[in-house]
Formats: sequence, C-alpha cells, structure tokens
Amino acid sequence: MTDAIVVEGLVKRYAATTALDGVDLTVAEGSVLGLLGPNGAGKTTVVRILTTLLLADAGRAEVMGLDVVRDADAVRASIGLTGQYAAVDEYLTGFENLEMVGRLYHLPRAEARQRAGELLERFDLVDAAGRPAKTYSGGMRRRLDIAASLINRPRVLFLDEPTTGLDPRSRLAMWEFIAELSDGGTTILLTTQYLEEADRLADRMVVIDRGTVIARGTGDDLKAQVGGQRLEFTLARAVDLAEATRRLRPLAVDEPRSDEQSRRLSLPVRGGTEVLAEALRLLEGSGVEILDVGLRRPDLDDVFLTLTGHATEDAAAADADTTTTGREPAPTAGSAR
Amino acid sequence: MTSLAMSVSDSLTITRRNLIKVKRVPDLIVFATLSPIMFVLLFRYVFGSAIPVPGGLSYAEFLLPGIFAQTVIFGSTITGASLAEDLQKGLIDRFRSLPMARSAVLVGRTLADTLMNVLTIAVMMITGFVVGWRIHTSIGEAVLGVLLLLTFAYAMSWVMAFVGLLVRTPEVVNNASFIVIFPITFIANTFVPIDGFPSVLKTFAEWNPVSAVVQGARELFGNVVPGAPEPDGWALQNPVLYVFIWVAVFLAVFVPLSVRTYRRTAGR
Repeated sequence: MTDAIVVEGLVKRYAATTALDGVDLTVAEGSVLGLLGPNGAGKTTVVRILTTLLLADAGRAEVMGLDVVRDADAVRASIGLTGQYAAVDEYLTGFENLEMVGRLYHLPRAEARQRAGELLERFDLVDAAGRPAKTYSGGMRRRLDIAASLINRPRVLFLDEPTTGLDPRSRLAMWEFIAELSDGGTTILLTTQYLEEADRLADRMVVIDRGTVIARGTGDDLKAQVGGQRLEFTLARAVDLAEATRRLRPLAVDEPRSDEQSRRLSLPVRGGTEVLAEALRLLEGSGVEILDVGLRRPDLDDVFLTLTGHATEDAAAADADTTTTGREPAPTAGSAR
Repeated sequence: MTSLAMSVSDSLTITRRNLIKVKRVPDLIVFATLSPIMFVLLFRYVFGSAIPVPGGLSYAEFLLPGIFAQTVIFGSTITGASLAEDLQKGLIDRFRSLPMARSAVLVGRTLADTLMNVLTIAVMMITGFVVGWRIHTSIGEAVLGVLLLLTFAYAMSWVMAFVGLLVRTPEVVNNASFIVIFPITFIANTFVPIDGFPSVLKTFAEWNPVSAVVQGARELFGNVVPGAPEPDGWALQNPVLYVFIWVAVFLAVFVPLSVRTYRRTAGR
C-alpha cells in the first residue's frame, strides 16, 4: 500500500518555543492515523503544515505525493480540513455555507448546490439548512464544518480534535461519521487528546509530546508497551489483601500492588477474560469478599506516565490545583499565534 | 478555468458572501446610513449657523461633498474589522485551505465594502437634497464625482485590509483607525475653509489627499462659486489628478502587501 501522507524531519520554531522538533510519520492510503498528545504537544502545528496553512522551518511533507510547499495548490485541491474551531460563516445558512465552499472548489453552481444538498442530508442538517449557522448548536456547527470539508470528495481528510467540546451524544455521532468516511476509502489524519477516541477510530497511532514523537504503532502495540492490562480487585476487608495476593500471585506477570486504604489489589496480567475466570477460581473458598473486580486497559495518562515519566500536563494540572475552577486550557503551541 | 477567470469567480463568491451578511444583519445597514444622516443634519444646522463660506456659497453646498468623503473613508474601517473578525473565527483558515485564488478574500471584501459605499452615498445625497444641497453640473460630471469618492475609498479599504490582517482584533482595528482617520478628515477642507488654519495645519491640509477628494468632488458636483480664485497649492488646483496619484500609490503598496500578509497569516 502506498502512503497518502509522508512527513520527514518536520521542525517548526516560534520565538521562544520549538513547536515541532523533527517529526516523522506516514499514513497509508485509505487508513486512519490518530495523532495523539496533550494540549501544546504540536498536533495542530503538524496539521497546519500538512494543510499548507503554515510553513515548516525544516523537513518536508507530502500529501498524495504532492509537496505541501511546492505543490500547495494541488494539495489544497485534494484535501479537506476541519479545524479545531468550526469554521463556518455564522451569517450564512447551512446551505449557503456549503454552496460557497463548493463554488470555491470551482464546482459549477448546479453541482455545488446538489453536493450541498447531499451533505446536509448525510449530516442530518436538512431541517436547519435554511437557518443561519449562528442558530446552530455546537454539534451542528461541527457537522456543518465537516460537511464543508467533504464537498470536493477529498481523498485525504484532516480532522483537528473533531470531538473536543462536544457532548457525549454528538461525540458518538461524530465517531460514526468518521468510521463511515474511513470505510469509504478516505485517508484520515485525526488529532485527539483521548486514547479511547484514537483506539476506536485509528488503525495506527502516533503519540507526540513537546514536538517529538514518543511512541507509534497500533493501539495494542501502545498498550503492550505501557504494560498491557491489569486485573484490579476491590475487597470488602483490608485484612484479606494478604491472602488474596498470596493466592493470585501465580497469575501476575509482574509484582502485584495492594493498597490498604482503598482495599485495592492490582495485578499486571496477560491474556483475556480467561484470566479473570481463573482468578475467581483461585479465590474460591478463601473467604475473601470481593466488592469489585475488572480487567483494566491503560489510557493516555498511563501511556504518558510510562513513556515520558511525567503525566500529561493537563492531568498534572488537574491534580495540582483541584480547587481552581474554570481554569483556562493551557495555550497550545500548536495553535500558532 | 484560467487563473484570471478563477480569481474573478472566487472574488465574486466572496463578495456575495459578504453581502449576505449585510442582508442578515440589517442593523449594519441601518447604522451605516443613520450615522451619515446624523452628520449631515448636525453639521448643516449646528456648525452651518456659525461657519461662513467665502463667495456666498450656502454651507449645505459646501458641506455635503465633505461629508461624503468623510463617511466613505470611515467606511473603510469595516474592511479591516471584518477581516480581523474572519481571522478570529477561523474562516480565513478555511479559505486558505481551499484551492481558491489567494487574492479573492481581499478583493471580495473590498468590493462588497465599495458596494456598501454606493448605498451610503445615495442615502447621503437624498438627505443632502432635503437640506438644500444641489448638483449644478451635468450628470456625467456628477457620476465622475461619485466615482472619485468610491475610488479613493476603495484604496483606503486596501490600507485597512492590511491593518486588519495585522492587528487581528476587530475592536483594535476600529480604535486604531479612528485616531488616524479623525485627524486626516478634520485637518482638511472637509467642514471649514482652510484659509484660516494656522500655517502648519494649512500646509498639511493643502497636501492632504482628503482635501483633494473633497475639492475634486465639489468641483464635479458644482459646489464652488463660479469665478472664485483658485485654491492655494498644486494639489488643490489639480485635485482629481492628485487623488489618483494617491490611489495608485496606495494600491501599488497595499494590494501586494495585504495579499502577502493574507498568505502567511494564521488563525488563532
């Protein structure tokens, strides 16, 4: 399979900071790449360079074999972009927004209108088609924005944090749209702060932190790197922890950890649900009373803790000042002020 | 599509988009036309009672071309403020990711603002007729007078486009441009004859392109006393030529500069 996106040694510096410090990545045609990282990691900067909005200081990037600097116009004609903020004209209706974008892709008027109609239907915006976008909810705006990026049937689509700020229902709907597009053969690069989102949508993931790639692979690769899954028990009585640990030790692939205060026992294990069944069998007749038991997979914070030795800055900040409310999100280096 | 046809088509698409906004937000039009009406009435009746115009010309006749010029020049701030707003809302990012002409967003913006100016001038002319202003020349000359105003305003729009892309905040565009536009429209022959100005201000006013726009418009509408002595200075003796030199310079500098800034500008 050929690569729809090739990025080599991308560097971008701003006055005081280095937003990208030599990023390499490839995206196979027809696949979905999840670009994962906390705020300020440089995700948006990568997207902006690939979509010709920003010039890199070093390195090169190609989309569908076209250089993003030399062949910028040809790149623009073959991509779609949905940025972090829904870039729709508030005063235009949904239909007018899509028609305008179609005309700017140089579709004949009739075709631009027809395409606008199709996309409004597909994104469930037919009822709102004649209303100015100002009256749309956040989820509707985001859908209109994605519809606009699909007008020209792009072969490569860039989605910059497509679900940030959406309510859970809109997020699920967005996931379905993205999965459908991918099934249709569109190559997608999506950025996200959520491992769950990348895991669900992406074939492969690239994790970046402070402008550098710190991990890459499939979701399972990443989780394996982090140490795979853990079996977690919460017991009714703290005194049972020792007995439970003694009985379960044969299953652990690494040192089990127990915590008296929360009455919790955590065992690194390998395998699927059969481990869970085996563990329950080992505890039979021991008198240990179990309140809760589960197999837990690592999330982005676990990935970060393992790979970088520090938590994501957001998690660290949340821990540090839990009393502060309404805290502004950390400014992103990637937002290219 | 050839690149020229593409530029024209893209610019018209953007012009249309900007005019739709005017239609959806009628307040824009209401205030864009109410404030010049207010200016005409205030100056005509408040200042007009105290400002003598040499040669026995009525103050209404003297004033209106000045108000036309001041209003369309102020209108150019809309160009800058709107572009700053588009930048803030991420729309410029969207446009820049499309395979459209690099100049179209700016050409479409300045064109839409010029069309708004046509409307504004029409409203002011009607108000002018009501308060005693008249055109004493041929229709052809009067049309040239309107074109002179529109052309200068168009050049100013490109200056403001550059400002808008640079400062990126609509409010700042408004405030920053007011501190420039107020002096250049007041240290001129806009509202009072300049003969009584202190000498430094008089020299500034003589070479101020706004004075030339106003002088040119007065001559083309026939709002001058026949046989009156020529104004001092080459600029005011050849106002139309002088205005077009400024227009050429503004466009030659600010069109490329604005397009270049647009190509490199980034949203939030």
